[in-house]
Amino acid sequence: MLSAYPRLRAVLLRCAQAIPVVIGVVVISFLLTRALPGDPAVYFAGVMADEASIEETRIAMGLDKPMTQQFVIYVGELLRGDLGMSLTSGRPVATDLANRLPASLELTLTALILASAIAIPLGILAATRPGTWVDHLCRVVVTAGVSLPTFFTGIVLIFVFYYLLGIAPSPLGRLDFIYIEPDHITGFYLIDAALTGDWETWRGAAKQLILPAGTLALFTLAPLARMTRASMLGALSSDFIRTARAAGLTNRKVLYGYAFRNALLPVVTTLGMVFSFALGANVLVEKVFAWPGIGSYAVEALVVSDYAAVQGFVLAMALLFVVLNLVIDLLYTAIDPRIGFEAS
Amino acid sequence: MLSVRDLAVSFQTRNGEVRAVRGITLELGKGEILGIVGESGSGKSVTSYALMRILDAGGSITAGEVTYSGIDLRRAAERDMRDIRGREISMIFQNPRAALNPIRKVGHQIEDVLRQHGRATRADARQKAIEALKAVRIKDAEARYDAYPFELSGGMCQRVVCAIALACDPRLLIADEPTTGLDITTQKAVMDLVRDLIRDRGMSSILITHDLGLAAQYCDRIVVMKDGRIVEQGDPVQIFSAPQHAYTRKLVDATPREGESIRSLLPPDERHPTLPHKVHNRPLIEVKDLTKTYQGKSGPVHAVRGISFRVDQGQSVGLVGESGCGKSTTSEILVRLLDPTSGAVLFDGHDIAGIPARRFVRDTRRKDIQMVFQDATDSLNPRHSARQSIAEPLRRLAGMRGAKLTARVEELAVLVGLPLALLDRFPHQLSGGQKARVGIARAVALEPRFLILDEPTAALDVSIQALVLNLLVDLRAKLGLSYLFVSHDLHVVRLLCDYVIVMKDGQIVEEGPADRIMRNPTHPYTQELLDAAPKPPARRVAAE
Amino acid sequence: MTDAPLPRTQGTWAHLVYVLRANPVTLLAFGMFAFLIFCAVFGPAVVPYDPLATNAAKSLQPPSWEHWFGTDQIGRDVFSRVIVATRLDLMISVAAVALSFVVGSILGAVAGYWGGWLDSVLNRFLDTIMAFPLFVLAMGIVAALGNTIENIIYATAIINTPFYARLVRAEVNIRRNAGFAQAAKLCGNSDLRVLAFHIFPNALPPMMVQVSLNLGWAILNAAGLSFIGLGVRPPTPEWGIMVAEGANFIVSGEWWLAVFPGLWLMLAVFTFNLLGDGLRDIVDPRKRT
Repeated sequence: MLSAYPRLRAVLLRCAQAIPVVIGVVVISFLLTRALPGDPAVYFAGVMADEASIEETRIAMGLDKPMTQQFVIYVGELLRGDLGMSLTSGRPVATDLANRLPASLELTLTALILASAIAIPLGILAATRPGTWVDHLCRVVVTAGVSLPTFFTGIVLIFVFYYLLGIAPSPLGRLDFIYIEPDHITGFYLIDAALTGDWETWRGAAKQLILPAGTLALFTLAPLARMTRASMLGALSSDFIRTARAAGLTNRKVLYGYAFRNALLPVVTTLGMVFSFALGANVLVEKVFAWPGIGSYAVEALVVSDYAAVQGFVLAMALLFVVLNLVIDLLYTAIDPRIGFEAS
Repeated sequence: MLSVRDLAVSFQTRNGEVRAVRGITLELGKGEILGIVGESGSGKSVTSYALMRILDAGGSITAGEVTYSGIDLRRAAERDMRDIRGREISMIFQNPRAALNPIRKVGHQIEDVLRQHGRATRADARQKAIEALKAVRIKDAEARYDAYPFELSGGMCQRVVCAIALACDPRLLIADEPTTGLDITTQKAVMDLVRDLIRDRGMSSILITHDLGLAAQYCDRIVVMKDGRIVEQGDPVQIFSAPQHAYTRKLVDATPREGESIRSLLPPDERHPTLPHKVHNRPLIEVKDLTKTYQGKSGPVHAVRGISFRVDQGQSVGLVGESGCGKSTTSEILVRLLDPTSGAVLFDGHDIAGIPARRFVRDTRRKDIQMVFQDATDSLNPRHSARQSIAEPLRRLAGMRGAKLTARVEELAVLVGLPLALLDRFPHQLSGGQKARVGIARAVALEPRFLILDEPTAALDVSIQALVLNLLVDLRAKLGLSYLFVSHDLHVVRLLCDYVIVMKDGQIVEEGPADRIMRNPTHPYTQELLDAAPKPPARRVAAE
Repeated sequence: MTDAPLPRTQGTWAHLVYVLRANPVTLLAFGMFAFLIFCAVFGPAVVPYDPLATNAAKSLQPPSWEHWFGTDQIGRDVFSRVIVATRLDLMISVAAVALSFVVGSILGAVAGYWGGWLDSVLNRFLDTIMAFPLFVLAMGIVAALGNTIENIIYATAIINTPFYARLVRAEVNIRRNAGFAQAAKLCGNSDLRVLAFHIFPNALPPMMVQVSLNLGWAILNAAGLSFIGLGVRPPTPEWGIMVAEGANFIVSGEWWLAVFPGLWLMLAVFTFNLLGDGLRDIVDPRKRT
């Protein structure tokens, strides 16, 4: 029956493909919690634990049972949303992550929007004006951008804008202490402040956000600009562009109606990779700017060997990324009419 | 109507300036169809892009005048050019599928042009686009309006490209190799359609093609180009019966035609008598009930549906058909690169189809059955020099090394007419004809008994094709080879083969002696194939 | 290739010179690369100070003739530490990239050539690795396996492998039925030989670009991990740790602690990124004239 709707089938198939990936992710994160050298119970109980509490942890985590059974228990706990207890905060890891996730998302998404807003026009300009200063600028940005260590960029930006120029607020967290946190609606300070009409807080939050988001954007700019330029060049040299020009269509129509829409397809595919980089770099940026997201949570947990928190973070990030990839692929399906027809 | 004076076009490349067109002058009258004929690199396509001012980046008109109905096209403002393109002068291109925007409905692509030139409003665009589709004889135009290019066949795509080109009733249509890559029957359908449309609307047209025969059939006048210059122009009969320029003569000679022998493809002074080759009445290859079924995504695909034929020792058999008829699958099975689903292939009376392709590599008969591949560029390892490519079978199958190997490779190069100085070049440093020679040398290196020629000249210019075909004839006589010549072109196959098999949809529809098939085909499909091939006028009767 | 070197129109050496001359950027990249290698090999022998020697009297001094890059909070010479760290950082990235190159090439080539269930299994496996944000996966692996340099190498290799495997798979797959692969079979080459000696070498040019980009990326990755306290431990000189330590002083204006190791790290990554195109030109015979 579905064969009558090849596109619907493609969408469902893509969603179904996420299932084995999620299973794989769960298996790997299970292995990571059990791969600890020596006795995992010692690690999970923490540095301060005595014999009794190690034994307690062993039984609580089911580490005394066979591997397969441990896995079943692990999956069961996951399904209940139980990622274990954090040693540092004393709260369930899942709760900690949920509390801190909006901060990370706000940072990452702002950075990606910023990066796309600069990179895509830059890539298009570079492709349509090869050999000009825009093209050279694009090339420099692309090569320099991937060479910049995110944590280093962040530090340099702090030095310049906070220490030297004094125009940035102190790089500590999402909001200066003189402001009151906006009411919790979405968890995104910018959105919450806007919703409650508290524009002063909004400005405060934006000021705090601009440097870390800029740092992250600088890093993600490069792959986006590179891909936009390359795919735009590819699209512009294709035969159908010549047909469109020979038919007398305006440059505007040719560029944006024909070339750009085709060039967008590989760019959307790249977004997946860019998200992967951005979520990784996020950890570093959060540490540099003391941003209270899940990345700095994981770094703090690492320092005190809080394993449940670290592995919970890894799993949460992976699941988030699987969802993002799914969204990207569905977006792709929406733009490309050929999806679902590869066989013909 | 259109007049071109001393047009010159150059491209700025990294290796300096390339002069693609070096001063050409031509006139096109109202209602006239002009053919521009030339081999690859002659500058014929660049000329047409220059007329439309749609040259690729780096290209520019360096000299000359282009006047269309009193308008100076070279100096016209870009805005005016935009109005001229599509409304006054239109173009259709080779590779029609790539010429359409892959992610936009074909109907919308036609609408874009109609609305650009103010021929339609938002309200009536759909209706007018459907009319344009109907004008190019697309059946079920309403449904096709919503189709994407990937849902249409190549021929259908070319019709859509025509519809875009003709939507705004231009007065001049430039067709740039409009049928390259299409099957021969589709080629005829598209060309007939284009001719009818041009005639019905009283338009003028320029047909750019590498095929002198095609140009002769459809054009009122022909211009022959070489290296960016016009070497000759005249009406088709005149060009064919009394070519003036040596290059035109070479092209005319090399164009295969009814009733000519293979040697007459060559210039007169190179027509050595053909060496005799003996055909024994003893089967070398016998194919029995061969089938091949692939597991496609939407059910099984029957590529070959039970065919049987034989090739005698010393015989050359032609296997003819259009794309998708199963001829390539058949040849891959015979050369033992592919395992059949069922059936037998007897070589010297022993079944070799039962030996899996994977194991046949180590069979002693591996060296007896070889193949010359369709695309010489694709069939040579880009990282191997010509010498390495030719040496490969000698090393692997004959265990030859050292001086003996060098001597044999050079001997083979001489045999196929490849200058020894070229042996150490990589494929990208060789011309198409030279690459074809390397491929042939490699195939005959071990003196196989059965050689499959898989469209060995499909990617070559006609003059090179003539040389390669003659080389193959000579090799057959010298080495006592048996050929299975796989091709889509009956006229080429006839030159080399005594016996012809015509395939369609995985089955043999007709077979028989080449002369009989050409003169008196019994199956309608064979008839159709023969009709579809362009018929150039007869050559001058008396060869000097 | 097994084939004895046959005479060529242009020798490999001449080709190398040609590529370097044709593109000054490549020349620059190779020059910088040679400098990095020099630092890695001879660095510890030529630096003016012991990278671990503390000198409380000279702590936090700005750059001067005596200390080109200044001194850190316990008086160690930043310049010496930066140069000495080159060896460790290069070693981590080269080892990780080499590992992933070999493993990825084998997996990808096999899957791309034979296809079928092998291909499906590999794809599922790679999808699973790629389902993690890669840096995060590296964090998880090092946290689980233990905080050592070897584990940094393994983690970096694991997150790099999918890139090679996918690239090789794609490059092999498009050539699987190419004319020259078919012709090689007719010449008596087994599937394995066709894959190893005819198809795989043709995948090398794009691989080289990937290798050099990955080398840069692997350094960033290793430095990033040590920045958050994984892998290399102080007082070992390493660029990531030095930046991390220096970060604490940036808000009070002692910029040289973080900036010089950071710049050096950038320089190394930049070199590898520039190197890519040059390397491709060198291994691609089609660039020969």
